[in-house]
Amino acid sequence: MKSLAELAAIREKMKNTVNLREGDGKMRVVVGMATCGIAAGARPVLNAFVDQVASADLTDKVNVTQTGCIGICEYEPVVEVFEAGKEKVTYVKMTADKVAKVVEQHLKGGKPVAEYTIGNN
Amino acid sequence: MIRTHVMVCGGTGCTSSDSPAICAAMQKELEAKGIAEEVKIVQTGCFGLCALGPIMIVYPDGTFYTQVTVDDVAEIVEEHLLKGRPVSRLVYDEVAEGHKVEGSVSLNDTAFYKSQLRLALRNCGVINPENIDEYIAMDGYSALGKCLTEMSREDVIKVITDSGLRGRGGGGFPTGRKWLFAAGGEPGTKKYVVCNADEGDPGAFMDRSILEGDPHAVIEAMAIAAYAIGADEGYVYVRAEYPIAVKRLSIAIAQAREYGLLGNGIFGTDFNFDLKIRLGAGAFVCGEETALLNSIEGMRGEPRPRPPFPAVKGLFGQPTIINNVETYANIPQIILKGAEWFNTIGSEKSKGTKVFALGGKIRHTGLVEVPMGTPLSTIINEIGGGIPGGKKFKAAQTGGPSGGCIPASLIDTPVDYDSLIAIGSMMGSGGLIVMDEDNCMVDIAKFFLTFTVDESCGKCTPCREGTKRMLEILDRITEGKGEEGDIERLEELAYTIKATALCGLGQTAPNPVLSTIRYFRDEYEAHIRDKVCPAHVCQKLARYEIVADKCKGCSLCSKKCPVGAISGVIKNPFVIDQSKCIKCGACMESCKFGAIIKN
Repeated sequence: MKSLAELAAIREKMKNTVNLREGDGKMRVVVGMATCGIAAGARPVLNAFVDQVASADLTDKVNVTQTGCIGICEYEPVVEVFEAGKEKVTYVKMTADKVAKVVEQHLKGGKPVAEYTIGNN
Repeated sequence: MIRTHVMVCGGTGCTSSDSPAICAAMQKELEAKGIAEEVKIVQTGCFGLCALGPIMIVYPDGTFYTQVTVDDVAEIVEEHLLKGRPVSRLVYDEVAEGHKVEGSVSLNDTAFYKSQLRLALRNCGVINPENIDEYIAMDGYSALGKCLTEMSREDVIKVITDSGLRGRGGGGFPTGRKWLFAAGGEPGTKKYVVCNADEGDPGAFMDRSILEGDPHAVIEAMAIAAYAIGADEGYVYVRAEYPIAVKRLSIAIAQAREYGLLGNGIFGTDFNFDLKIRLGAGAFVCGEETALLNSIEGMRGEPRPRPPFPAVKGLFGQPTIINNVETYANIPQIILKGAEWFNTIGSEKSKGTKVFALGGKIRHTGLVEVPMGTPLSTIINEIGGGIPGGKKFKAAQTGGPSGGCIPASLIDTPVDYDSLIAIGSMMGSGGLIVMDEDNCMVDIAKFFLTFTVDESCGKCTPCREGTKRMLEILDRITEGKGEEGDIERLEELAYTIKATALCGLGQTAPNPVLSTIRYFRDEYEAHIRDKVCPAHVCQKLARYEIVADKCKGCSLCSKKCPVGAISGVIKNPFVIDQSKCIKCGACMESCKFGAIIKN
């Protein structure tokens, strides 16, 4: 190790990894992954969220997790976004292609993508 | 892309309950389900809740599983990692309970973790100790970088002095002052830094857990200490009985060398430092700093007279500082966050936190870290979950064989260096053994004294002969042969040994006896005068009797009795001949009607 800059570079590179282990106070993206969700294609949606949250440098603000059956199987894959102090947002009939817009507009910009939410489907 | 981290405890406790097999089985299961690319298994250091191991935490949701077995792995992978449904039967009770009530409970809200403040243990259970990058991600080695590039040697010593940090190995000597002593002398003098990881107190395992869970913190701190006093070489003296700690430390040293964090010209400065490991062969006295130095030099592990203190004339006759593992683990954070931050934690004269190894009659056996000054009752009843089986708290033993017992009447004592000394115990390295009404205090004193008699190195007479004589008196008392004046004889010997023994081991060896006499004198008197052990522990004082009303006269006990002390006529109550009885208890175990009682 010849400089502090080198150390800082390793720290930055690793931050995304260890950020996953800090849950408190973050935005949570929860993907429904029961049998119905998986059958409807929740797995690519989950992986797209994990990928894009990382590439958008949001790992210190957003956690992507999964849950079991949310109870509205016909709307699967279902994704819910929780944020402290705000009403949860429920996205339905998600696909991997729709993820980019949610990441950009909602997770980054703070504005839910109304057209994908349960109210509009 | 990794979406989930499964943290599996790789501390000694969980390793012995099969956590490596759990990791292997899980890896196989992940591959079978095709999600090995998405889920990463991380073997960590100790989470602290050893009683409920093996422990597993799944992130990002933070699900806390306890007592996981290899057989549970398939279900966890299928249900939780694949489908997102935590396996509720394995979730830590208290968390599961909270989920039912409030919907979601963070681990930090559970009674076990809520009152804790984990500084020395901050990375234990959080990072993979065998991966230097993860340590760096948690600001690792930034403190060393800061010292080398922004601070003078004097600045470093000043921060440590101002922080009020005191030695965590037992004595509580101010760390900054120790460094200052060693920092002086002619420029160019060869100096050493040593880490004392020869943790020998029965029941204490905090140093082991730090080395297993966060070895780089110790390496970084030793480099900082070396910079501060002007040393270029260090030794970690660790017991050979800690194979996992030794292995992780060796890996960590190799990684630090590879990154140039040990070696020559660290961070492009002219500071050089390297580290060696020395294994202790198991002698308790080698945890005493001067005996430890002898042992590193390849000599017999016997203490040297002080002065000269090691800071003046230590390893190979050169100025040396010796600090304990836990002391070192605090140092990088003090450098990064400052002395004032550290000053806000703890009590007036004891700053920061202390790690305790909870053991004995307590629900949550394990490792906890609390701010100095936390009442003993909080540690035992809230964090430790109290005494199991509805029994009553009798005493807590701190400081191992050098410490003393704290009775129930003093359970609200704030735990810090000075408060414990004031009540006749001491902080020690942090073993905390809880005793309930079934423990005999004379027997406890005998247990610790037996330990010190075994471990006395024999160099000085007070310790070699004196502790042996004390043990003989205790043996006599517990066998019902105690005499009037024994308590006074014990006290006289104890004070003589304390005043005249050569090293800390001898000077503190009588403490368990003195403190039990101080708070439980009536128990000693019951043994001596009434030949009774009130807690029914001392075998030789036990008296087995058959309750005539309950005895069916089946004769089973008389057949089990190895000395033929029980006689009677079938279908009539049997009788024990007390003059023949050897108090082995075989009759009581054999009786199907509960007709035999022990008094």
